[in-house]
Amino acid sequence: MDLLKQIAMALQCGDSDGIGELLQQALDNKLAPKEILDRGLIAGMNVVGDRYKKHEIFLPEVLLAAKAMHMGMEKLKPLFLKDEVVARGRIVIGTVQGDIHDIGKNLVAIMLSGAGFEVIDLGKDVPPKKFIETAIEHNAKVIGMSALLTTTMPIMKKVVEGLKEKGLDGKIRTVIGGAPVSNEFAAQIGADGYGYDSVQAVDCIRKLISLS
Amino acid sequence: MRELIEIRKDEIIPDQTNALALQGICPGTRVSANILKLFDRGLEIFAKEARPVGMVAAISGNDFDFVYAGEGRNDTNTPVAEIFRKADHLALFAVTVGQTLHDKINELFVAKDFALGSMLDSVASVGVEKAADLLEIFFRDGLQREFGVDGNIAVMRYSPGYCGWHVSGQRKLFDYLKPEEVGITLRPSYLMEPLKSASGVIIAGSPEIHVFADTYACCSQCESHSCRQRISRLVNSTGASGSGGQPAAME
Repeated sequence: MDLLKQIAMALQCGDSDGIGELLQQALDNKLAPKEILDRGLIAGMNVVGDRYKKHEIFLPEVLLAAKAMHMGMEKLKPLFLKDEVVARGRIVIGTVQGDIHDIGKNLVAIMLSGAGFEVIDLGKDVPPKKFIETAIEHNAKVIGMSALLTTTMPIMKKVVEGLKEKGLDGKIRTVIGGAPVSNEFAAQIGADGYGYDSVQAVDCIRKLISLS
Repeated sequence: MRELIEIRKDEIIPDQTNALALQGICPGTRVSANILKLFDRGLEIFAKEARPVGMVAAISGNDFDFVYAGEGRNDTNTPVAEIFRKADHLALFAVTVGQTLHDKINELFVAKDFALGSMLDSVASVGVEKAADLLEIFFRDGLQREFGVDGNIAVMRYSPGYCGWHVSGQRKLFDYLKPEEVGITLRPSYLMEPLKSASGVIIAGSPEIHVFADTYACCSQCESHSCRQRISRLVNSTGASGSGGQPAAME
């Protein structure tokens, strides 16, 4: 098996210890960091996403892969030439104000990073203003919001309305997700997209910023 | 009755089925050795870091009516509003597994150990629920001692943020209960600190009062309908048959 496939496989197994050694071997063999990233790490993460989508693996296994991805990125990052690897887009993400349930949001953040996006994770209990201000400050293309409680869903609408008030609708897109949220609710509040799960959320964001 | 309750860790050991369910893994599913290892590690950390403590305070129906009204943001019709008016006894409760455990979860996420952080989060959530279960038992036992209520009395807990009881109801609940005494505080957004805490009302009464159909407006927005399982257990253990037709209840 060639090294890039081994890297992809190590990532799928969540082997965060072994991945460093494989990356070093790949670099010693003069493989370009960008190639290692695309055909090794991201290729592996895509398989993880697909297998999760098919219920062949579960959240903990995705998160183990995410740790391996992170360790791999930490090793590769310093080797990229300036602007060689431009993030596919910057995404601001968070669980809305009044809500502390963030496993789904964390998973989306991890999958987005794995797909090559730059993620600014605001954590949980995030007020509408914070979403908007951060997105403006960091020139983000998308705001991703998560809620698990029906009582916190209206916060999503406040963010969508806040963007409209500033004339930023269409410039900064909104994607929502979480157990009580639906496609219908997204349409109702004027959000640009809805992700049923982390994989769908990433697909949706890819489409929104024309990277699919 | 107003009591602070020290809870032993060995009384609230989180079970694998419920912790994995919070990770999106259905009961009975075969899981990999990696997942089992994560769960075991989560349990170890829980045993080391959890500091469970809770409090229960009896409250009259009139006083709870005031607490429940909160900031006037509840749904018009809710199961809790109907149930508590039929109750024999009520108590407010708050329980936590402590800040140290929460800090440990954060620490793991910061260290990018997402899998263990997330598993510990689930383990801690199950621990909180188990601790809250103990408070229900504590309250029921107290009623039996104090009022000689019979063993058939059913106690169930309900929390702001669920079943149409708006999360802003936490404010009055905290004003009345004062759980700061056991280290639980309220953020302006009505979330509790430490985050791995639970609060609400324990309602004691005839088993039938807890049985309702999930046809309230709030039910249509609820994804889990976990109330069905709780009421099912109640119906099976007591033979209760409420007005709702089907078993139901909630967090």
